[in-house]
Amino acid sequence: MASPEVHHLFHRPIADHSFSADRQTLAVAKDTTVELYGRTGNAFKLYDELKGHDKTVTSVDIAPESGRIVTCSQDRNALVWEPSPTGYKPTLVLLRIARAATFVRWSPSETKFAVGSGDRVIAICYFEEENDWWVSKHLKKPIRSTITTVNWHPNSVLLAAGSTDAHARVFSSFIKGVDARPEPSVWGERLPFNTVCGEYLNNSAGWVHSVAFSPSGNALAFAAHDSSITVVYPSGPEQPPQAIVSVSTQLLPFMSMIWNGEDEIIAAGYDCEAFRFQGGPSGWQLTGTLEAKGRPGLGDAREESALNMFKQMDLKGKVKDDTQLKTVHQNTITTLRVYEGRNGSVSKFSTSGVDGRVVVWDT
Amino acid sequence: MSQSLRPYLQCVRSSVTAALCLSNFASQTSERHNVPEIEAQTSPEVLLTPLVIARNENEKVLIEPSVNSVRISIKIKQADEIENILVHKFTRFLTQRAEAFFILRRKPIKVSPTRSRLGYDISFLITNFHTEEMLKHKLVDFIIQFMEEVDKEISEMKLFLNARARFVAESFLTPVSLRKLPRRYDAKRFSSLIKGKRTQLVEDCNGARPLFKHFINIQDTNI
Repeated sequence: MASPEVHHLFHRPIADHSFSADRQTLAVAKDTTVELYGRTGNAFKLYDELKGHDKTVTSVDIAPESGRIVTCSQDRNALVWEPSPTGYKPTLVLLRIARAATFVRWSPSETKFAVGSGDRVIAICYFEEENDWWVSKHLKKPIRSTITTVNWHPNSVLLAAGSTDAHARVFSSFIKGVDARPEPSVWGERLPFNTVCGEYLNNSAGWVHSVAFSPSGNALAFAAHDSSITVVYPSGPEQPPQAIVSVSTQLLPFMSMIWNGEDEIIAAGYDCEAFRFQGGPSGWQLTGTLEAKGRPGLGDAREESALNMFKQMDLKGKVKDDTQLKTVHQNTITTLRVYEGRNGSVSKFSTSGVDGRVVVWDT
Repeated sequence: MSQSLRPYLQCVRSSVTAALCLSNFASQTSERHNVPEIEAQTSPEVLLTPLVIARNENEKVLIEPSVNSVRISIKIKQADEIENILVHKFTRFLTQRAEAFFILRRKPIKVSPTRSRLGYDISFLITNFHTEEMLKHKLVDFIIQFMEEVDKEISEMKLFLNARARFVAESFLTPVSLRKLPRRYDAKRFSSLIKGKRTQLVEDCNGARPLFKHFINIQDTNI
């Protein structure tokens, strides 16, 4: 396994990161700004800063085709940044929410995006030509707490959302005039706006941190605060699901996850490393970590010399320097995204965390 | 480390590690605010079940986790009233310098207002901003080390206090024992002697040798 590509950008938490389609641009959310890094050789160099929010930016997403960047923040706003020859131009989105915006993602069609919020709504935003303005419709109905995460179905109509009320839900976000009528799927046939296609409670009522549709869109996985991952296989509209498989682990909770094909999930979170799950409708299991342990140059060389030992004792009053974790990330991993992949199978993925690192891994 | 202390601290360590899974979470109840949910207590769904880990009735830890903050309260061992006073003074000393400790709460939490003496002596409040800035495993180490050290500190202070009390008592009684009194100066006479000179003795108590000499001189003239 090739060693991961580590980019230590700064010493602040990265709330979210996103690569452009050509992987030359990296957008990271840092405090109240979004920083844009460009690839120069093997490193990423800061070249632009998007300033427009006045509270912590919680999420950022680059649309792969159009190159538009959408950001959202705890100041209740979302901004769409249009690329232009003179730089990025922000447009405010009419979100109509009164609490923090927590999570934003472009739909695969790039005509809409979903903004999760602490106002117990999800704002589905689309561009209205006649007003020349991004407007939103609210998914409201059974949500009882802050939305922590959203994920789009490949058909751009269905949207999965996880929230702190311990539910993962699947909604329809069909908007007339924007979306084409979707093909009937296991989630339903007629899908008017705000149809609840599925509602799944975590076994121990833990907050849902991450939701993800499988590449085909026929299965939904969610990770919750009880360190479990649950995979739901629906069988059809108005019918009980074909299988709900839950894997609980002895690890700390997972914050983010992606599918790799239909039979593998990669998840990462408070343990500061990524883990692999494999299985199918009959059962899932944790198969191991993606981190190669015992990489060279991780402190073991330093312990050898007596001089260093006494130096440590003199400076810090202890023999062993145990401040470094054995993982690449030194703090919680908050976002995990596909970096390179084809037809749903992932060859490379990227992670970012509270420690200010962005790391690209091979699967 | 004693036999029962190790599993106790190990239990606290793993519980605190699990409780420290915090994320940045803006308030659901007030606009544009980001407050520790465990202190605000405004949304019940983001609070987890509080957990008490007790070694015995005098030593326990209360861990109250929430989505973006954890409150850890410690009851320090107090065997007698002297330790009560010492713990109170010690925690007061620390909490008055709470800014320097970052995660220390200004006041220990009140379990029930009527029985405050049965509550906790010191509380820590760790928010997601602390876990972002500091190493999480080091924060846990700090709590554990604090719990280990504070018992040692208190018993050390108690020993020191006893030694000091002995010293004071000794100095207090030195003047009367200095004179090699013959046996016939029995207890009765002795006590009346002390009674007579008591005021001087109290005045001189703070002083050192010369005053004692002075006192002895007075005694000499009297007898």
